[in-house]
Amino acid sequence: MTLPSARTRHLFFTGKGGVGKTSLSCATGLALSEAGKRVLIVSTDPASNLDEVLGVSLGSRPTAVPDAPGLFALNIDPEASAREYRERMVAPYRGILPPAAITSMEEQFSGACTVEIAAFDEFSKLLGQPQATAEFDYVVFDTAPTGHTLRLLTLPSAWSEFIASSDTGASCLGPLAGLEKQKALYAATVDHLCDPASTAVILVSRPDASALREAERTRAELVELGVSNLHLAINGLFSTELADDPIANAMMKRGNAALAAMPDALRTLPLTMTPFLPLGTVGLAALWQMVHLDSVAGPTKVDEATTPLPGSLTALVDDIAKAGHGVIMAMGKGGVGKTTVAAAIAVALATRGFPVQLSTTDPAAHLSEAVGETIAQLRVSRIDPAAEIAQYTAEVLAKAGSNLDSSGRAMLEEDLRSPCTEEIAVFRAFARAVDAGKEGFVVLDTAPTGHTILLLDAAESYHREVLRTQGDMPEAVRSLLPRLRDAEYTKVLIVTLPEATPVHEAERLQNDLARAKIKPYGWVINQSLLASGTRNPTLAQRGHYEIPFIRRVADGLSSRCALIPWLPVPPIGAKGLRQLSE
Amino acid sequence: MKKLEVFDPAMCCSTGVCGVEVDPLLVQFAADLQWVAEHEVSVKRYNLSQEPQAFASNPDVVKEMEAGMDRLPILVVDGHIVSTGMYPSRPQLAQKLGIALSTAEKPQIKVAAASCNPKSGCCS
Repeated sequence: MTLPSARTRHLFFTGKGGVGKTSLSCATGLALSEAGKRVLIVSTDPASNLDEVLGVSLGSRPTAVPDAPGLFALNIDPEASAREYRERMVAPYRGILPPAAITSMEEQFSGACTVEIAAFDEFSKLLGQPQATAEFDYVVFDTAPTGHTLRLLTLPSAWSEFIASSDTGASCLGPLAGLEKQKALYAATVDHLCDPASTAVILVSRPDASALREAERTRAELVELGVSNLHLAINGLFSTELADDPIANAMMKRGNAALAAMPDALRTLPLTMTPFLPLGTVGLAALWQMVHLDSVAGPTKVDEATTPLPGSLTALVDDIAKAGHGVIMAMGKGGVGKTTVAAAIAVALATRGFPVQLSTTDPAAHLSEAVGETIAQLRVSRIDPAAEIAQYTAEVLAKAGSNLDSSGRAMLEEDLRSPCTEEIAVFRAFARAVDAGKEGFVVLDTAPTGHTILLLDAAESYHREVLRTQGDMPEAVRSLLPRLRDAEYTKVLIVTLPEATPVHEAERLQNDLARAKIKPYGWVINQSLLASGTRNPTLAQRGHYEIPFIRRVADGLSSRCALIPWLPVPPIGAKGLRQLSE
Repeated sequence: MKKLEVFDPAMCCSTGVCGVEVDPLLVQFAADLQWVAEHEVSVKRYNLSQEPQAFASNPDVVKEMEAGMDRLPILVVDGHIVSTGMYPSRPQLAQKLGIALSTAEKPQIKVAAASCNPKSGCCS
């Protein structure tokens, strides 16, 4: 069991949320710095917890990590980058252009595209300009959840192609006016990503079927983008010599089965494994353990847990069922089990005889598998970005393209190839799904936190836009934000795990929602080892660490709370999902 | 050679497909400008969020904006403002720029004119 051994100058860690990208990248960085190297760790995740893991407050410039000589870190906050970019563009015109003009410029720079592009811009500066990181031997990127990572990674070639093919000069390159000037930088970024001597990408996964499938999906996409230096790191492999505990046995069996069924293409990659550790992975001391695995002490005996536990999902579903219709949104960081919770609630409501539509915007959708068998009253649909773009493009061309001559049509088609189109197309689908909550229940398994917030943010600016527009706005879009704010209509459930980082992230999410004037209906704590009844010393010790987090959610953060134990029978298919609400 | 400058409000892209709902008028106007450019007119289009400098350096345009942001878009031909608060249709552009319409182009104009929203001001 070791840390990833890739030794190119640039190391990328990617994987489904919650697999331990940040921990592994920090431990790898720490190991390199202990070997006398100067290392810079970079996070581009909008919901980064690099500060917490390293125990130091970070900014957009390299900060030395205390007690780890040679180790530095920085956090690219895409929202801050967007703010800086906006200010840089707008400031010179204050006092020159009328205040109303300044306001309208600022509004234009507040969209999701600006945030996305500003983040990417920062990222290219680090990767595409050698002098930016010249003082470091290694640059380790703890990248964002997979969907976001892929967007960041695919953008360079998408943009290069886009810039190259833009011959009318009228195309929509979004609010980033100076993009053309960045062409060389973006090209250099692509070159670095694809150069095996310069960059290695480490696919991080848990020994878990869906995380491994996600890793395989990422592998295929990266290979297609020309990234060839790929490694696989399995994090948190549990093993025990004690065979007397059903939870421990199930966990070990599930992990081994997932590894045995690993997609073939993943097997061809260089592989490293790190074990399941009974302690958390936050703070330098915990990271030190990951680096020095052979000196990790065995589990210590813990006392019986005596904390009162929150109720099951059943009570929550009973409450939700009273309204007879509406939207239930499961929100939270990737990897906490939003899909499972959403599917379990949908199954429970359908079982009670209500018509339910289960809909996902998660690009890594595994819903169809989560509800393996058909249930009367339950319909499952997926918001597929590719399909939504195709539909939106066709609609626009039919509506606006019919009067155009060939050159006008070519120009419109070019604008439709812009990255903003996906955002808009998905947004419209989301609004449609929420609209369907008028009739029956709609359960949404939303995308990871950062993206969800962007969507809601987009909803906000769309709403402002809508108030100004006299055009034929779809009714679903017009009423979206008022509906999301209506606690009777939309019930937001925050899903989290009983661990430091997920609870902290969920709290941030709740605060973000409060700013958008949305109050969560309740919280769901998923996969509690404490509630599982395990007697295995390692798992029991880990379970013991959950108590303060369960208390914090149940007593402070939530008005309603449900707890789901770690289940020895996986929550897959209608039968597996019913365990959660029975 | 005549010079046409268009001062657009802050928007994501010139065809408007990045907005909530595509505006056929904007798409048509973008196409009409291309058509204008083929008739020995130099066309420059400025977006407030992307090229604020162009707005700031034209005192007449700043004056209009001070009167109200709804004066945008502003069309300027050879330094003179010829229209505010609307996107002219192809025949209107032709008239302002002295472009003779060919018979082949005329049927197309009818379709274009019929497509605009009466509330938008483009037909006024």
